Amino acid sequence: MKRLIFALLLVVMPLGPSLAVQPDEVLNDPVLEERARELSKGLRCLVCRNESIDESNATLARDLRLLVRERLVAGDSDDEVIDYVVDRYGEYVLLQPRASGSTWALWAAGPIMLLLAMGIALMYLRRRQSAPEPADGAGLSDKEKARLDDILKK
Amino acid sequence: MITELGHFALVLAFLVAIIQVVVPLVGAHKRWPGWMAVAEPAANTQFLLTAFSFAALTYAFVTSDFSLRLVTLNSHSAKPMIYKISGVWGNHEGSMLLWVLILTLFGATAAWFGGNLPPTLKARVLAVQSAISVAFFAFILFTSNPFLRLAVPPFDGQDLNPLLQDPGLAFHPPFLYLGYVGLSMAFSFAVAALIEGRVDAAWGRWVRPWTLAAWVFLTIGIALGSWWAYYELGWGGFWFWDPVENASFMPWLFAAALLHSAIVVEKREALKSWTILLAIMSFGFSLIGTFIVRSGLLTSVHAFANDPERGVFILMILVFFTGGALTLFAFRAKAMEAKGVFGMVSRESALVANNILLAVSSMVVFVGTMWPLVAEMFFDRKLSVGAPFFNMAFTPFFVVLGAILPIGAMLPWKRGSIARAFRPLRGAFILAVALAALAFAMQTGRSAMGPVGLFLGSWLVFGAMVDIWTRTGRGAVSGRLRRLIRLPGADWGKAVAHGGLGVTMFAIAGLLAWEDEDIRVVREGESFEVAGYSLTLDKVERVQGPNYISTMGTVQLARDGREITTLYPEKRVYPVAEMPTTEAAIDYGFLRDVYVVIGDPQDNGGWAIRTYYKPLANWIWGGAILMALGGFLSLSDRRYRVAAGARRRRDGVGVPAE
Repeated sequence: MKRLIFALLLVVMPLGPSLAVQPDEVLNDPVLEERARELSKGLRCLVCRNESIDESNATLARDLRLLVRERLVAGDSDDEVIDYVVDRYGEYVLLQPRASGSTWALWAAGPIMLLLAMGIALMYLRRRQSAPEPADGAGLSDKEKARLDDILKK
Repeated sequence: MITELGHFALVLAFLVAIIQVVVPLVGAHKRWPGWMAVAEPAANTQFLLTAFSFAALTYAFVTSDFSLRLVTLNSHSAKPMIYKISGVWGNHEGSMLLWVLILTLFGATAAWFGGNLPPTLKARVLAVQSAISVAFFAFILFTSNPFLRLAVPPFDGQDLNPLLQDPGLAFHPPFLYLGYVGLSMAFSFAVAALIEGRVDAAWGRWVRPWTLAAWVFLTIGIALGSWWAYYELGWGGFWFWDPVENASFMPWLFAAALLHSAIVVEKREALKSWTILLAIMSFGFSLIGTFIVRSGLLTSVHAFANDPERGVFILMILVFFTGGALTLFAFRAKAMEAKGVFGMVSRESALVANNILLAVSSMVVFVGTMWPLVAEMFFDRKLSVGAPFFNMAFTPFFVVLGAILPIGAMLPWKRGSIARAFRPLRGAFILAVALAALAFAMQTGRSAMGPVGLFLGSWLVFGAMVDIWTRTGRGAVSGRLRRLIRLPGADWGKAVAHGGLGVTMFAIAGLLAWEDEDIRVVREGESFEVAGYSLTLDKVERVQGPNYISTMGTVQLARDGREITTLYPEKRVYPVAEMPTTEAAIDYGFLRDVYVVIGDPQDNGGWAIRTYYKPLANWIWGGAILMALGGFLSLSDRRYRVAAGARRRRDGVGVPAE
């Protein structure tokens, strides 16, 4: 009975999760295959959420993987393969956006924020270096000072 | 009946929360002790009511009460008990109820342990904390009510998403929420201090334990989630830079910065306004995280529950609290004058550098996460920002952080010299360089990532050892060993957490640099070799589980002709949810994991089998556990409890300390 149910399930449902890269996709040339894998990691599976075609089980990802391999076998360089895919699917397919146009802002954001933060910190440190040491416990009443000492004492 | 009582308790808790905001705030302003004192019993009542409400929902799940809409959608009578319970928070409504339960728990603990706070500060902290509760109670009651009934209850439920039926995920959300929500305490302390108009060393000492606790929970929560992804998703990835992961990582980074800057406030009364800002940002990013996860604005592999209307509500909460706090901050920042004076080269400066690296790296993650949205809205470009970008833009910050950390940790307060701080670290540095060189020589031709990771990791670990050893002073080794054991928890915590960071950094670099992968078609009875291991696929059979059907392979794992273990990789189908999952079989080892996944049957016979050799995989989470342990050790430092002792002493009840 269980067997029957299982058989029925197999008919009703498409097959279970397939592996990302299928054995039949793998190229015979290990160098080309390695390049294909590297390229696949940077290409988005368009129907998935935040998965590269290297990780995805979707049929579309498989098609793209095969396409990448096809182009590599045809003798394309890595850049040419990427250009080919971007021409057909748009820049949405790239997991690492190209630094062009407005995307410069994305790439520059880190370094700019770092420089800004370092500049502000440097100004602050300069000030702390030369600031006069205030009288200990300035601005506190005697009672507050006693309480603070009490709390801070180890 | 119990369900209705749970619903009613939730409404009551909402009302109590409103009272807890208004009365203590007015009381603190007018200095009326009676009004301020309302906060404490209100916090307890609020917590008890929410706990009852949560218990009522859990009861409905445990008894499979399918007249409740939420239970029907997310449970099934055939599900194992642990997943019936974890199903309570395996969905949007229930997880938000867990969120407020933890929020009110933190409010209540602040009431229990806040005895040493000045009464006005305590009243204000509890009032601000309760204001957050009010917002989230309203969110639950008006947009995500878990207690809605169905007019016609079905015979059985629709089952929980099978990916969520896993022990790792049963515990991942509670820890993550303890972290997220724990940061609300830091926020409440910051806002209360802004209302009071003063921040002093004592404030730094009060806020640090709460931040530490939140950070520890967040560390555990993130590590659990990453471990779950590693063994469950079927290709051994442990971090995907997914928006939802980033949502938990950003507050973690800010909380780590806050931990360190609060030390400067406590010891040196400097960096006050920056620390306040960090406290606001940490919780702000927790809210942003909640917003990202709950709104589904940035869709990702993890968004199991999302709805735009709820997203807008959370956005309003986010704008109100962070916006309000930042406005208050702008008005009051002037009042927080720094006192400590220190040189360019000092522990203070090193901690400033730590803060810059952590905060900016967090902002890089934020910009990367939001960029697809920005690009679409303002530049009309539809693009993706994925793992390759983050690996490239984020990693340098942590490389620099790892490189300067051991020196910074050894610098003295006020004024120091890098050369002098480096002197005791020479041995650690040479050892780390030697190890990296050895790894580089042995691996020939692979990327430099492994050796660099090994250098940073061992530099951090040995540096932490030197750090704690120098804390024992001078003299005979036996005397130093005795002192080592008696060092304060904070010293141990610092060394262990920094060492843990080193372990994790090394593990991530080593795994990515040295992992191996094999994909092939294997027939039953065939053997193959991967990374020096020999694997034999004995058989593949169908197995019936409690609520799934499985295709299970039996794989013998051996090395040098010696049997190691038998692995059972599975492919499961959950008929009720109509969802397939892969269950990888993993042989966990100290230095490496062997990870086997079974795929589809092939047309011409045999099965697709994927095998991974994953060096140092366990070290990633081992390092995270060390970091969390370091946090616990710091938290156990008696200096955080001494203030309570001081109060007892004044009452003439306690005994003098030591």
